[in-house]
Amino acid sequence: MEQVEKIFETRELNVNMGPQHPATHGVLRLVLDVDGEKIVKVTPYVGYLHRGMEKLGESLSYFQALPLTDRMDYVSAMSNNIGYVVAVEKLFGIEAPERAKFIRTIVGEMSRISNHLLWLATHALDIGAMTVFLYCFREREWILELFEMICGARLTVTYPRIGGVRNDISQEFLDSLYKFTEEFPSRILEYETLIDQNRIWLQRTKGIGVISAEEAINWGLTGPTLRGSGVRYDIRKHIPYDAYDKVDFDVPIGTEGDTYDRYRCRMIEMRQSNNILRQCIEILPPGPVMADAPKFTLQPKDIMMPVTHPTKEHAFFIEEKTCKGCGMCLRACPAKAIFGEKKKPHKIKQELCLSCANCYVACKFKALKIIPGGKGLSDEKLAEMAASAAIAEEIKKATELLVEQFTFIKKGPRVPEGELYVATEVPKGELGFYFVSDGSGKPYRMRLRSPSFVHASVLPRLCDGHLVADVIANIGTIDIVLGECDR
Amino acid sequence: MVIDTSTVGLVEVEEGTKILPPNVIITTIDKVANWSRLSSIWPVTFGLACCAIEMMAVGAAHYDFDRFGVIFRASPRQADCMIVAGTVTKKMAPVVRRVYDQIPEPRYVIAMGSCACTGGIFRTYNTVQGCDTFLPVDVYVPGCPPRPETLLEAVMKLQEKMRKETARWSPWR
Amino acid sequence: MAIVMAKLSESAIKKDPAQIAEKIKEKFPEDVVEITNFRDQGSVIVKKDRIVNICRYLHDEADLRFDLLKDLCGVDYKGKKEPRFEVVYTLYSIRHRHMIRLRAQVHENDPKINSVTPVWIGADWHERECFDMFGIIFSGHPDLRRILLPEDWEGYPLRKDYPLAGPEKEWQGFVEVLEKAKELKEFDWEG
Repeated sequence: MEQVEKIFETRELNVNMGPQHPATHGVLRLVLDVDGEKIVKVTPYVGYLHRGMEKLGESLSYFQALPLTDRMDYVSAMSNNIGYVVAVEKLFGIEAPERAKFIRTIVGEMSRISNHLLWLATHALDIGAMTVFLYCFREREWILELFEMICGARLTVTYPRIGGVRNDISQEFLDSLYKFTEEFPSRILEYETLIDQNRIWLQRTKGIGVISAEEAINWGLTGPTLRGSGVRYDIRKHIPYDAYDKVDFDVPIGTEGDTYDRYRCRMIEMRQSNNILRQCIEILPPGPVMADAPKFTLQPKDIMMPVTHPTKEHAFFIEEKTCKGCGMCLRACPAKAIFGEKKKPHKIKQELCLSCANCYVACKFKALKIIPGGKGLSDEKLAEMAASAAIAEEIKKATELLVEQFTFIKKGPRVPEGELYVATEVPKGELGFYFVSDGSGKPYRMRLRSPSFVHASVLPRLCDGHLVADVIANIGTIDIVLGECDR
Repeated sequence: MVIDTSTVGLVEVEEGTKILPPNVIITTIDKVANWSRLSSIWPVTFGLACCAIEMMAVGAAHYDFDRFGVIFRASPRQADCMIVAGTVTKKMAPVVRRVYDQIPEPRYVIAMGSCACTGGIFRTYNTVQGCDTFLPVDVYVPGCPPRPETLLEAVMKLQEKMRKETARWSPWR
Repeated sequence: MAIVMAKLSESAIKKDPAQIAEKIKEKFPEDVVEITNFRDQGSVIVKKDRIVNICRYLHDEADLRFDLLKDLCGVDYKGKKEPRFEVVYTLYSIRHRHMIRLRAQVHENDPKINSVTPVWIGADWHERECFDMFGIIFSGHPDLRRILLPEDWEGYPLRKDYPLAGPEKEWQGFVEVLEKAKELKEFDWEG
């Protein structure tokens, strides 16, 4: 028998984990160079969700740029808002009242819990534990319902405002939140029972994605990703903002720097957040929720309500002498409550009127009068009230204030010139805002330093020497959200 | 069992469907094919931005998607619908179009959220002003993000649209 | 493995921004252009030539120890002042808990600056983004190419002369998608 020498040739396989992938937490593209099952190189490609927020922020005033920050880390929108608002307040030189600071701490910690729940849900789902996904979403729905109770929105809230918060919280909300904090530790125990000591989980997360403390700092990591490696850095303790210096909490620090430690850090952080919530509810001080700084904050909208939000209590009345009979209001009315002939003064049938104010907007001759508290009164009485000066004054003031506030929001306040970098501890790490102000109401440069951008850059380093399946565990552990990464 | 059809006869249960008791149903193929397709719409997971989180919430236990027959499939080859949830950027547009092209017919597109419908608040250099510039959209869902119930309503509207189609299942167009 | 519950306490030699700025000025007198202060945050404007040396000094010096590069970004001051661009480094020391900001001036006709990746490897992606948005070239960077926009995009969006809604000439990749969509439109279901 002859011995034939065969030359084996192996090549690395280039696999594209495309932007559309169930496990990439958004539109992240990874190109993996694999040698069998072992990773040789990972190259992340980001930018598939780059919406140009920084450039957009330069053309909007500080008030208008607030909703943009919701859409950055859309999983925990309250924290982004808080970060922005704290930075802008420092820039303006105003301070929010005590109650507002506590409320912001409360919603910030709620949003931390909801972020960690979603992180756990997707991390576990990717690794294979599907039940955890359903359990975590059950708690998350509870928190989103609480958010809805405060401000009406579930996900993109825009509740913290410059100078405080949008509106006060009710006692009902505090009671429900207290009930949540009583139940939540048992739920965390449920999740831990499912995966904490599970053999598969331990094998998939222990020793995976190890990074030492010095390297982690050098890469610029922050948040639980950094604390898992043993670095004691938490902005809530280093540079406290809002009410964090008035509550008592621990910050978990890992030792090994692997995926399992980062997981434990986040689980303990959830318990600590629960703790902070209980304390805040107990020591919540009374008082106003918006700073008293009319040059830098938006005023409450109560005075404008007759014009912007007419209710069923407001009656709409067409003044006979000013009405030209053009018929615009007739066409605009969705309830067909206006009747009249061409060129003759029109009349509104009060019983059919919905108080939608379409006619008020349509009338060009200022013949439409809004009469607060006029519902159910007869036409003659309404005519009398319409002619009275007090009502006219109220409506005039409301309209003027509305226009004033409109221009204030569009133009922005007069801000001192200078530059500022303020960072807050969002659930994913450190969210930094760098503002360069040139004195006008719009930021000259608004830089959003997002933790996900930095964490996505460390992925090649974490996946070094691991297998393909560990890439998924690593993506989960660095906790990125592409909306924040790409802005 | 023998039924004496001369005494019982055909019963029209709804327009276009007759039943010869107990178990003979006379209807059009359209109705049957449409009913079976609309009861199991399988979208491909295409969450791009914030709306994806609400889509996940619809898939979770509280607002269950599975009771509508909707199961998320990872591969476009096994799906028949695409829910574009989130902002489509110009860098992502070729990928979106490619995934849409890979879905076998009959296929539908639901544009979820303001960004997918019209570009939303992002009128910038890298944002496509609505995914209908390069995709044929069947249902538009406004909202930023739309509530989970709104997405369920959108799926129901899509089901209504599917119910009214004729010969979509056939090779003859 | 143990999770250490840390109540982080004060330790460290925290320095005032003014003191840090003084130290930098002492060590690199010709490079410092200006020292500013706004709302208790100090900023040192430096020339770009020896930026890596300055950064290395800030990183290694015992009582400064700026080990965390928080942020690296560019600013375009078109029309407001010369030089046009600035690259802003925000540094923080975890041990000593102080922060400083360095602003390196970059001229428009020579938009090059040395990369600080030898000092902080995390500057990698920040510098790529700065190049993508402003067109500032970082010499010595391991892999300088566009990161947020497609690689063949033309123009630098965050410059002040770039329109918000994009230039008139569309990116070629998107034009191709639109053309393909138009071609395949004839196969769409008319319903």
